[in-house]
Amino acid sequence: MPENQSPDWKQILRAELAGLRLEPGREEAVVEELAQDASDRYDDLLGRGVAAKEAEQRMRAELSGEPLSAELRRIFRPAADSPVPGQVERQQWWRGWGRDLRMAARVLRLNPLFTTVAVVSLALGIGANTAIFQLIDAVVLRTLPVHDPQMLANVDLIHRGRVGSTVGRQQELSFAMWEQLRQKQQAFSATTAWSAETFAWSTDGALRPANGLWVSGDFFAVLGMQPALGRLMGPSDDHAGCGAQTAVLSYAFWQRNFGGRATVLGQKIVLDRQIFQIVGVTPASFSGLEVGRSFDVAVPLCAEPLVHPDESWTRQATTWWLDALGRLRPGETLNQATANLEAISPGIFAATLPEKYDAIERRDYLRFSLRALPAATGVSELRKDYEQPLWLLLAISGLVLLIACANLANLMLARAGARQREMAVRLSLGASRGRLVRQLLVESLLLAMVGAAAGAALAQALSRGLVAGIGTTGDPVFLSLAMDWRVMAFTVAIAAGTCLLFGVAPALRAAGADPGLALRSGGRGMTPGRERFLLRRGLIVTQVALSLLLVTTALLFVDTFQNLVRVNPGFNPRQVAMADFYFSALKLSPERRLQFRKELLRQVQATPGVMQAAEVEIAPVSGNGWDEFIDVPGSHVERKLANVNGVTADYFRTLQIPILAGRTFADSDSPQSPAVAVVSEAFAKRFLGTGNPVGKTFGDRQDGGQPDKIYQVIGVAGDTKYYDLRETITPIIYLDNAQRVTPDQDSLLLIRSGEPLATLTESLKRTASEISPGIATTSWGMRQSILEGLGRERLMATLSGFYGALAALLAMVGLYGILSWMVVRRRSEIGVRMALGATRRGIVSLMLREALVLLGIGSAAGVVLVLAAGRTVSAMLYGVSPANPSVLVMAVAGMAAIAVLASWLPADRAAAVDPVETLREE
Amino acid sequence: MTYMQQAGFDRELKKGSAELLILSLVEHRPRHGYEIGRLIEERSGGSLTFHIASFYPLLYRLEKRGLLEGKWVEKAGQRRRRYYKLTADGRKALAAQRNSWAAFVEAIHRITGAEHA
Repeated sequence: MPENQSPDWKQILRAELAGLRLEPGREEAVVEELAQDASDRYDDLLGRGVAAKEAEQRMRAELSGEPLSAELRRIFRPAADSPVPGQVERQQWWRGWGRDLRMAARVLRLNPLFTTVAVVSLALGIGANTAIFQLIDAVVLRTLPVHDPQMLANVDLIHRGRVGSTVGRQQELSFAMWEQLRQKQQAFSATTAWSAETFAWSTDGALRPANGLWVSGDFFAVLGMQPALGRLMGPSDDHAGCGAQTAVLSYAFWQRNFGGRATVLGQKIVLDRQIFQIVGVTPASFSGLEVGRSFDVAVPLCAEPLVHPDESWTRQATTWWLDALGRLRPGETLNQATANLEAISPGIFAATLPEKYDAIERRDYLRFSLRALPAATGVSELRKDYEQPLWLLLAISGLVLLIACANLANLMLARAGARQREMAVRLSLGASRGRLVRQLLVESLLLAMVGAAAGAALAQALSRGLVAGIGTTGDPVFLSLAMDWRVMAFTVAIAAGTCLLFGVAPALRAAGADPGLALRSGGRGMTPGRERFLLRRGLIVTQVALSLLLVTTALLFVDTFQNLVRVNPGFNPRQVAMADFYFSALKLSPERRLQFRKELLRQVQATPGVMQAAEVEIAPVSGNGWDEFIDVPGSHVERKLANVNGVTADYFRTLQIPILAGRTFADSDSPQSPAVAVVSEAFAKRFLGTGNPVGKTFGDRQDGGQPDKIYQVIGVAGDTKYYDLRETITPIIYLDNAQRVTPDQDSLLLIRSGEPLATLTESLKRTASEISPGIATTSWGMRQSILEGLGRERLMATLSGFYGALAALLAMVGLYGILSWMVVRRRSEIGVRMALGATRRGIVSLMLREALVLLGIGSAAGVVLVLAAGRTVSAMLYGVSPANPSVLVMAVAGMAAIAVLASWLPADRAAAVDPVETLREE
Repeated sequence: MTYMQQAGFDRELKKGSAELLILSLVEHRPRHGYEIGRLIEERSGGSLTFHIASFYPLLYRLEKRGLLEGKWVEKAGQRRRRYYKLTADGRKALAAQRNSWAAFVEAIHRITGAEHA
């Protein structure tokens, strides 16, 4: 009897055993063994002359029915985890992890290229994410290292515009408001007010800047802080007209400058020429309430009038320089505190109404109100500027990690194909599918762990670099970047997440192999299902779409940065240095200061290497400003705001701002002569009407309803940016510093010079010391300082550019990978095509078409993503819109170039297939 | 061979007395399942035979108890087959079962022989 007519015993047995749900490997082994026996016996029966039909019936009767499956169930079921006969011990799920890990380590060691690629891409992805999260943690999430920070509340002033001055980064309250608040409030168990100022610290005969804190007596008590040494300030240290002045040092300052010696207690420290006595040191963990800044020394509020004798902030009703902090009573909520603050607001503002206000200003002031905001994470300007960019960067780096995961998943899928035979053997030897999935997941886990460890190390360097990038030379950022539990948890979570992302699908795939099929086919010629092609292609499409999104975002931010760098500010900051000369040490009377500043400017102008120099009140595009209400007599212009600057005659020449009409200031303009002003072109156009503006007048509103101070316009200067580069042009008034008697004890000079900054700085120091050794000076480059002001834009451009490039690179690698893999898989098909007359060109274009189809779908999805994400970034852009067609076209073209580049090699390899050889292999 | 005979032997297998037959057949060299079955049938002159449905579960049970060790073996030009060999524990069990079987047979013999005598 021909063998091919023998019944398929395996099929019969499989049907019999199907209900048992044995482990696939075991089932396959049992089926194979029993089918052999059945087939042998069937042949025996035939040999004995039994008719084929009867022989088959007899064998079927033996195999079918309850007995076999019942017996097998009894043997195998109770030990569901025990593999086929051979393994006696019962497996428990937690057993064998160590073995799995060792095995995984061995597998990874044997594939160094794969392991390196995987670990490097994971380290980059996880490192980038961790670094940015570390910053977010430090800037946004971390609570102050004080007692029960959740119970702290900031007192926030709600107002719609206020007239007066702000002198620091703290600008909620005036001293009078604070005093009223402290007396009237019932919202908090205790309140405190504080502010920050940089002091000139005299040490070893030199002046050095020290970051100071003004604090009210309750400050440390409200924070619930214990001293590291000595004592902290208390209410007795802070009373009006306090004579005995106390100072508390920060731990870092104490360590840095006093060697951490206990003898520091009772020593003197000279700040702004006032003598303070050191009474204690704060704990090491406390660096102040401002995120991104640290303090060196804290002194009581009551000493402020001594430090600013001429124009004490404490005595000014319209100087906002304090932040107030309260500690909620147990069980009290922020809403309750706000309700209390709102209730006492009218009383507070009525009691502190500035006398010099006019009717409109009074009305506005009396509408102010106070509310309580959470303060557990401290206060921060840095947070205001960087919170949104940081979250955006985290999203971007998250996408890069996602792309890296897609790549790894693709790589693992390819390996899963290659390892199908290994998996089949292990299944046949009795490993359960669950066990194989676990083994493969342990490999992914090991990769993720190594990647996370390397990433965490990388993140330390990256985040430090980022902090350095955020700060500027004149204004460094201080952030503690310790790995706290939140960063740890984040790293572990993304490592686990990535492991699942790139590990699960390939593991299920590999372990899902049909052992019989895989073994018989000798690991080659497995026909990959349509589904598998789809999964891998889907991954590539996702990568292309995400890469396009990131590349576009990067282009937008790079454009933004370049647009800002190229913005014409209306003046030329190149080769201009800014130098600040402090002469408070000379203790000059206000009348003598004007003369002194004039002499200083003359000496600087005479310094070798200096081409032009001028004094300026507000450095342009520095973020600082000064504005005044103006009236133009005989017109409808009434109480309009205009930006103001105080300059000397050479200001326009130094910054190369053209004088369009009239003249600049001259020696003949003095405090005794009529007040004159140069105005910007925009000012002339908006406020002075048609006709020649030179000779016209405008009035500057004075406090307390006094008559306007009248200025005569003597010249019109070209428009310039005032606060920052992003703004549209605003009207500017330039007043002559030589006509203004100001109490300033410093002089900010703009100096145009061909000398390098370092040389110039030395010359300026020499000039200053020749005038008087009591003059302290610092200098910096104006252009550099303007560029540093673009720190946020530069950070976004650099990082998104880096991530965009990384994403594109990863997509390229991914595309290359899948195309190479397809070439291998389709070798025989290509061979047949070539045998049937396909040309080399045809094959190349076949492969390229494949790549371009993936690119096309990915790009279309990417463009949709870009348009959807546009709104998120639009607020951070300048001079470019998120849906900018040219940027999109550029990004798509870039991706297309990458796709062609990535597919060229595989396509070329496909075209090199030898049809004869592949057909012979068949 | 009638169905009754078969059923009877199957019961014996289930009771475990057929273990001795299987263990003895692999005592000196490993054999595969079909070979063991055929040898039992041949050497018993066709009076002992069995169903696949009860024979293989018995093999697997012996293996699970550690008396036999099964192993896939591939020989040139043949299908791979699963060969069973006696383990050290199996050897001890075989000796013990042989002893008790001999004692049993002798006891039966003494009883039945005495009646014939």
